[in-house]
Amino acid sequence: MSKELKPKRRDFLFTATYTIGAVGLAAAIWPLIDQMNPDSSVKALSTTEVDVSNMEIGKTITVLWRGKPIFIRRRTKEEIAEAASVDLKDLKDPEKDSDRAKNPEWLVMVGVCTHLGCVPLGNKGEYNAWFCPCHGSHYDTSGRIRKGPAPTNLEIPKYEFVDNNTIKIG
Amino acid sequence: MSEKYIPKSKFAQWFDSRLPLLSLSHHLKEYPTPKNLNYWWTFGGILTFCLITQIVTGVILGMHYVAHTDHAFESIEHIMRDVNYGWLMRYVHANGASMFFLAVYIHIFRGLFYGSYKAPREVIWIIGVIIYLLMMATAFMGYVLPWGQMSFWGATVITNLFSAIPLVGESITTWLWGGYSVDNPTLTRFYALHYLLPFLIFGLIILHIWALHVPGNNNPTGIDVKKNTNETMPFHPYMVMKDITALLVFIIIFFWFVFFAPNALGHPDNYIEANPLVTPTHIVPEWYLLPFYAILRAIPSKLGGVIFMFAAIFVLVLLPWLDTSKVRSSVFRPIYRKFFWVLVGTVILLGYLGAKPPEGIYLVLSRIATAYYFIHFLVLLPLLGRYEKTDPLPISISDPVLNKPGFVDKFKKAAAQYEGDNVGSFK
Amino acid sequence: MRGIMLVLLNRLIITIFISIFSISSFAEEMNTNYLKTKWSFKGVFGTFDRASLQRGYQVYQEVCAGCHSVQHLSYRNLSEKGGPEFSVEEAKAIAAQFEVEDGPNSDGEMFMRPGRLSDKFVKPYPNVEASTAANGGAYPPDMSVLAKARAGGADYIYSLLLGYEEAPEGFELDEGVYYNKYMPGNKIKMSAPLMDGIVEYADGTEATTAQMSKDVTAFLVWAAEPHLEAQHRMGFKAIIYLFVLLTLVYMSKQKVWSRFGSKEEPEEETFDRAERVVTKYEGEDPKTFK
Repeated sequence: MSKELKPKRRDFLFTATYTIGAVGLAAAIWPLIDQMNPDSSVKALSTTEVDVSNMEIGKTITVLWRGKPIFIRRRTKEEIAEAASVDLKDLKDPEKDSDRAKNPEWLVMVGVCTHLGCVPLGNKGEYNAWFCPCHGSHYDTSGRIRKGPAPTNLEIPKYEFVDNNTIKIG
Repeated sequence: MSEKYIPKSKFAQWFDSRLPLLSLSHHLKEYPTPKNLNYWWTFGGILTFCLITQIVTGVILGMHYVAHTDHAFESIEHIMRDVNYGWLMRYVHANGASMFFLAVYIHIFRGLFYGSYKAPREVIWIIGVIIYLLMMATAFMGYVLPWGQMSFWGATVITNLFSAIPLVGESITTWLWGGYSVDNPTLTRFYALHYLLPFLIFGLIILHIWALHVPGNNNPTGIDVKKNTNETMPFHPYMVMKDITALLVFIIIFFWFVFFAPNALGHPDNYIEANPLVTPTHIVPEWYLLPFYAILRAIPSKLGGVIFMFAAIFVLVLLPWLDTSKVRSSVFRPIYRKFFWVLVGTVILLGYLGAKPPEGIYLVLSRIATAYYFIHFLVLLPLLGRYEKTDPLPISISDPVLNKPGFVDKFKKAAAQYEGDNVGSFK
Repeated sequence: MRGIMLVLLNRLIITIFISIFSISSFAEEMNTNYLKTKWSFKGVFGTFDRASLQRGYQVYQEVCAGCHSVQHLSYRNLSEKGGPEFSVEEAKAIAAQFEVEDGPNSDGEMFMRPGRLSDKFVKPYPNVEASTAANGGAYPPDMSVLAKARAGGADYIYSLLLGYEEAPEGFELDEGVYYNKYMPGNKIKMSAPLMDGIVEYADGTEATTAQMSKDVTAFLVWAAEPHLEAQHRMGFKAIIYLFVLLTLVYMSKQKVWSRFGSKEEPEEETFDRAERVVTKYEGEDPKTFK
């Protein structure tokens, strides 16, 4: 009877309605999620310039970039030598010091422990470089992870020397 | 439908006997609704959609808004310019408020027309009036948050209403403001309350629906339906589909405002940052508050105006007892039906007058309209209940269908035949 | 029943019309007849004319920026989609023309540096008080959202810029106050800001007062609603989508409801109903019943 035939047509109509409705709902939900992503004013704040003309050898300064501390250290000869002499096989996250510091005298890195985001302390720990007090991660004079729970080396941000006295981060 | 619901699977039974969510959802799906509900009945569902939209977009705006007099206006511009889809969130929220009120007014007038406030539905109606009051409070405080000129001066004028209260008025306004004028403490508390009240409204809506599900829906004839007969149909899928159809039409109108006329319902002055030294030449509230604003200004005394304004809402609480007619729906009340439309006209007129300066003919008209508003509820309704001659009521909601020309005769004939076969089964 | 519903619907439609009419008449009352010009951004498909926005920026910068800030705009906005769409390099160059205060540096001092894309537009005055003092007691309003802050919007701004006239006889004007046909109250403290050729357009467009007024107005409309084009695009798609979905939902609803309607009524019930009707209207003329 005609009643028997109806369901098939209905099914197609219902499926189409559900599908189109679901697509619309998904499209409507995306803005609700995307609004939490960094907004255009945050994305635009990309660079910080730091005047390093007054920095002596062996000193570290910390500047703020994108809300995070950036360590800028003018390394001593000994530190550079020590960082360069390490055998890459001994490293958890093998990276050459020369790749991390383009100009060996200047080490610029994000001062955020790669374990869970604490700020490591300077001139501390087994390698007398950086040590994270939260969960005991030790970093060497190149900011590489040597001991402790952190999985990777301290991150190197994008930076360049605008001139001899100024570093532009970002 | 009426027998107790037992879930199918063992786990569902275990769960449902501990927290009867499945029974609840079964009840909501099977809830019997009169089959003759027209599209005016879809506004309940539309209003639920409005509240959820306002809460979702509102929580999102709250993530980016800064409730401080120095930053509020700027943070709104930040939302409009920088936040991903921030302009969409804000325009949906701002126009959503207007659409919410549009829907609630239709919902209220539907109730007035079909007598949905009458026994046994008085509690539903009163909860509804409380929801409406909370909506006005929420909307008013929300309008203050952008900290534009209308925000500031609207807040100043409305909070000053409380200073009309004898003896304690001054202390109450100072307490409301947290200072000696509308300022940062006022803004932050309005923000907190604007965030809070919608959740109270949400709770009251649950009570509103609960109270509705006890007697069941009224319907256009105002005649009680017999549940579990073919006079009712399960809420799902019948009413759900009808509600969604109406909701989509509503959303189309809503979105037309959001995308193509987002500021049409707002006031340009609110894009000027609040300035406590300069009052705009013409302070008007948002359109949905205008009728009450007109009543406020129609009364030539400060305290009197405030009393009448609140009385205009409070009189709705008394409505189930003021309207003494036994007939619910104005479909069968020829005289009330006319007065109903006069009332609609009066409220719209009051809204128009609320947007006009309170002088000359506007003031005279708003006094007449205010007087009529109260006369309608306090004088006309009780009198009509006594003297109106109502049309004959059908016995069930199905009967009007039979009332086509010739139908009665046809059934008489059929009945006569029936009587012949089974004498005594009639009457 | 159906007849009554139609009457109701009619009344409702009439009521809506009356209310729309009263609202719009209220809106119109505040406006005089503004000068009309064709705006590319009006309407459902409206988009900005890039060249006009770029010229408008030039007019703003060379003429208005001396007194009027646009503090909610950033230089990066100039290169963003949907706006004047200067190239990023051009926008960077524009930003670099301005000195922006930054700091404090490591010595705790504020210092000046060239502007960057992320900076907000530099304001001509540090605060409202300073701008009020410098402009004879009337502060030049910030123009970031001016196009939304004035009834009449673009038409009003355009008309105002072209509305300077000799005051009619008997119209009293104080020192430093000018007559403008479109200013509410006709008194304005800003002297006519534009005159033919006051800027030189790089693209060779003739800088007539009307042309500059149009360009700078378009620029201000964009400044007030930088996502206008996205709004129009998304709105068009959304509404088309909603109509499609509405059609499908309505058809589904009709199908679902037809299920209910097709239910056969037991014969007994039909007779029950017949009985009720008959007893009710026995002796009455059925036509009187509504």
